[in-house]
This record gives sequence, C-alpha cells and structure tokens, in this order.
Amino acid sequence: MEYAVNTATTILVFGIAYAMLLFIISVGLSITMGLMGFVNLAHGSFAMVGGYLTVKLVVPVGVPYLAALLIAFIAVALIGVIMELVLYRRLYNRPELDQVLLTIGIVFASVALVTFVWGNNPQNIQLPAWLRGDVDLGFKSIPIFRAFMIGAGAVIVAGLFYGLERTRIGAQIRAAVDNRRMAESCGINTGRLFTLTFALGSGMAAIGGGLGIQILGGLKPVFAFEYLVIFLIVVAVGGLGNIRGTFFAALLLGIIDFAGKYFLPEGGSFFIYLVTFVVLLWRPQGLFGKA
Amino acid sequence: MTGEQRDTNLNSAAALDLLRAHRFQWYEILPWVIAIAVFFAFPGYRLLATQILVMIMFALSLDLIVGYAGIVSLGHTAFFGTGAYTAALLANNGWGEPLSALLAAAVMAAILGVVSGWIILRTHGLTLLMLTMALSIMLYELAKDLDVIKIGDEEVTFTGGFDGINFSNDAILGLFEFDAVWYSINYWYALVFLFAAFLVIRTIVHAPFGRALIGIRENVDRMHAIGSPVFRRKLVVYVISAAIAGVAGAIFVQVQGNITIGVYEFELAGNVLIMIILGGTGRLYGAFIGATVFTILENFTEHVLGTDPPYWELTVGLTLVLTVLFAPRGLLGIFESVLPSRSSNAPGGAPGRAA
Repeated sequence: MEYAVNTATTILVFGIAYAMLLFIISVGLSITMGLMGFVNLAHGSFAMVGGYLTVKLVVPVGVPYLAALLIAFIAVALIGVIMELVLYRRLYNRPELDQVLLTIGIVFASVALVTFVWGNNPQNIQLPAWLRGDVDLGFKSIPIFRAFMIGAGAVIVAGLFYGLERTRIGAQIRAAVDNRRMAESCGINTGRLFTLTFALGSGMAAIGGGLGIQILGGLKPVFAFEYLVIFLIVVAVGGLGNIRGTFFAALLLGIIDFAGKYFLPEGGSFFIYLVTFVVLLWRPQGLFGKA
Repeated sequence: MTGEQRDTNLNSAAALDLLRAHRFQWYEILPWVIAIAVFFAFPGYRLLATQILVMIMFALSLDLIVGYAGIVSLGHTAFFGTGAYTAALLANNGWGEPLSALLAAAVMAAILGVVSGWIILRTHGLTLLMLTMALSIMLYELAKDLDVIKIGDEEVTFTGGFDGINFSNDAILGLFEFDAVWYSINYWYALVFLFAAFLVIRTIVHAPFGRALIGIRENVDRMHAIGSPVFRRKLVVYVISAAIAGVAGAIFVQVQGNITIGVYEFELAGNVLIMIILGGTGRLYGAFIGATVFTILENFTEHVLGTDPPYWELTVGLTLVLTVLFAPRGLLGIFESVLPSRSSNAPGGAPGRAA
C-alpha cells in the first residue's frame, strides 16, 4: 500500500511537472495555429534559444535564475516580433507546404547558429539554493524544483485563462480564433493581435526552455528538432487553438509519458505515440477541437 | 448536339490531352544519358553517384504524394527505413538474394503504408504532418531499442542500433556480384530500378488517377462534390509511394552493404523534402535536379569545410528561407519562367500556385 502511494505520488508529481513544461511551451504554438492557421515548426527553436539565453545569463554572468528567465522571455518575444514582421507575415496566405519549409529552414539555421556560438556540448545550470533539495509532504518528499515547476505552471495557466476570459484583448483573440473574418469586420486589428500573441507565445516557449534545462537532462542545439514532435502532439491532441484542450492534452500526455518511462524504461517512450494515434483515430480534430 | 455527345467529345478531348502530356519529349532522354556518361567519366565517384540515384528515387516517391496529392509528409523515412531494414535483416539472417529482398521491402513498406495511411490520411494540416513525423520517430526508437535481442540466454545483434550491421548479398540473378570497390554493378542496379520506378510514377501522374490527385490537391471540396473517392485515392497513392520509398531504402543499403538507424532519421526526411522543393514539386524532373544538386553540394561542403561547425545546415536553412520567399517554384520553376513556352505542359505546376 505504502509502495503504491509512493509510486503514484512520484508519477503524479514528476508527470505533472513535465506536463506543465509541455503546456508552457506548446500553448503559443496552439494559439498561432488557431489564429492564423500557420504551421510553425520553428517553435522549438524559440524554446531552445530561450534555454540558451537562460544558461548563458546564469552561468557566466551570474544573473539570478528567475531574472534570467524574465530576460529570456523578453528577448525571445522581441525576436518573435521581428520574425513575425519580416518572415512569417508574408506567408499567411501561402500554402501549408511553404510555411513548413520556411520554418524548417529557420530550425536548421537556428540550430547551426547556436552551435557556432555556443558549441555542441550539453549545457546545464546550477539551480539557486532555494530550488535545490526536497520538500517533505509528510508521507513522501519530492524535489523542490518539481514542486516549483508545478506552481509556476499553475500561475501561468491561471494568468492565461484570466487574460483570455476576462480581458478585452483575450476576448479579441478568442473572437479571431473563432472566425477571423468576422472579427475583422467588427474592427479588430487581427494583424496586430497576431503579432502580439506570437510574441507572447515565443516568450512562453523561451521560459519553457529555461525551465526545462534540468528536467530534460541538459540542453543541446538539436533540442529544436528532438522535442518538436512532442509539442506538435500536444497541440494536435488538444485541438488547434484551444487553450483548455492544450492544457488537458499536456496533462494527459505528460503523465502517460512519465509513467510509461517509469514502468518500462526500455520502450516506454512508445506510449505517448500510441495514445496519440488512438486519440486522433477517435477524434481527428483533437480532444477539444472543432469538427 | 445532345448533352451526351458533348460529354463524350469533352472526355475524348481530355483523354487526348492526357495522351499528349504522356508522350515522351526528346529532352527526357537527357537525364539517362547523363547518368550513363557519369558512370564512365567519374569512376572514383560511383558511390556518391549511386547514392544520388537512390535519393532521386526516394525524392520521386515523395513528390508523388507531396507534389501531386498535396500530402505534406515529414516522415517518409518511415518507409525508406522499413524497406532498408527489411533488405538488410533478410541478408544478415541468411536470405542474401537481392531481388526477392527488394520485393519484400516493397511489401513491408506498403503494409506499413496501408496501416499508417488509414489513420494519418483522415487528418490534415498540422496534425497530419505531426503524425508522419511521429511514425518515423517511433520506428527510429524501435530500431534503436532492438539493437540486440535475446534468443534464449544469448544476446544476438539484431539492428545494431547506432553502430549498424554489415552484410553481404548474393549475386544479382546469380550472375552479377555487387562490387564493394568500384561500385560498378551497384550503380547499374540502382539505375535500372530508378528507371523502372520513374516509368511507373510517370505513368501514374499522366493517368486519370494522377489528374484526380492534382484535383484533390487543388480543391478537395470540388473533388468530393463530383463524387471522387478522395480518401481511397489518397490511400492508394500513399501506399504506392510507400512501396517505392521502401525499394529505394532497400537499394540504398544493398549497394553499400551496411545499415545504421540513420535510415530513419528526421534529418533525412527533411533533406528529401528539401530536395524536391529545390527542384520544384509536382514536376517529376524536379526530383532529379533537386536530389543531384543537394547531394553534391552537401558532399562538397562537408568535405571542404567539415561537419563541425555545421556550415551545411546553416546553408540549407538560409537557402530554404530564401527559396520560399523568392523562388517558390524551385530551380526548375526559375528555368520555366525564363523559358515560358514549356511551362503549360508541366502536369499541374507547384501546389496551390497554379493559375
């Protein structure tokens, strides 16, 4: 009994922490898809660059971890704005294949550039003292950093839901996701809205990259490829443009992935794909997507 | 003229049009003349040249679904790799006959195509793209996990994982031994099957079936409206493409006599997509030009500048961005806009940009 409770707690805590990471990174991708129907395969690159900025601010410069995350958020959001204005904007009305190619090109180039600047070795950071060690839950102790991730994730989720459901901008975004033409007819500037959400989504990916350095076992330039498919899975299973769907998909897939790898170290990574195929066979538009 | 007669006339006009497009033009012999000339002119580069032939075949199979049916896949290595492993594992476990191994590779890839296509082709856009990637990544992980298997208490090398396995094939038809030094027979072997695959694909795209695929790519709602069995047509072309990719993969490992899990790698799937974009999608010869230019440039760059730091990836990335922005119809598209007379004959033009 005690063993079962222990195991279940471990899986829940680690799984939910991982799920929060997946959500923080994927939600920007989901909104981008929902708002403009733009296939942005370079989203993992934003997370990767965010992670590198965090490492390079914390390790050589000595910026506190949280401040580094904030700086990474702002810097990558700015990069996102520039990319959106210079590159992405030109391709909104072009076929999906062109969008795929442009963003794959950005992935290749960003991986190469980061390798040029910072090399190919896995990067890691020493967490600040208050994030190291364990916290005792009474019946079991869990790593503080995982608890911190869950907390940070919860704050971000709450902030996003509040922003989307209760603010004017949020209402405009929801309207534009629902029916872009109608929203434009009502005088909503969807172009500016998209730049804004794109910046926000890129910045969130950067935070995810910074938070994930430890959990994902070191950061390498190929992160932009390796985790891309996981982010795409979360978005597709949740339903494009649906934040609630993205959240539940992240939760489901994060816990299943961790449980699979926990019980079956060899071959456990298949579960997430299996679940994906089954869910999409049942609901091709995703769990919460519109048919 | 009654309506029925007009229909028949229209139909025969359309049929004539297809026949005209299907007729061989004089310049279509050029790639094959070049391919034969390369064999004698550059004996030191036959391995590279053989790899180019295989890549052309792989790119052609992908062009069939991307360029004609409009199914964008970033996981075509699933079929290439499955064909490759079928041939390699057969040869490594006592079945060294190469032609039957090719057939087995085609069958295995086709079966995978039916099963995966049945799920994947119900979705579209980002979801479809993601599923194609997920399939190839799953197979990559599987090949990695099966590097050694246990038979009884004994651990036996199976796929060999990252290190891969070396194997040898019997002589083709009992007559032609594979040549691991000069790659002579290997080159002809690849060339003959490339030619066969090309004929199959060329016939398909000029048949009414191929026209239906272009219709699906350009306006799927209208194809539904006129009663075209859209899903079935997509599945059929997906399976054909899978089988050809499987054969390409099998030839790729047979001519080299070794295999690693690189055949399932994401980067390869990306590269082959880039090849057909570079050459231009939906126009058959785009695959020839794209695969040749890409492979030669890649080899040249990596020989001269090395792989670390990755100058090649940087070049590819920037080239892709520039191509999409400024030359969306690929290299052949650039030639066609310079020589506009032939462009109307290209079967369909690039996706979504046909006038």
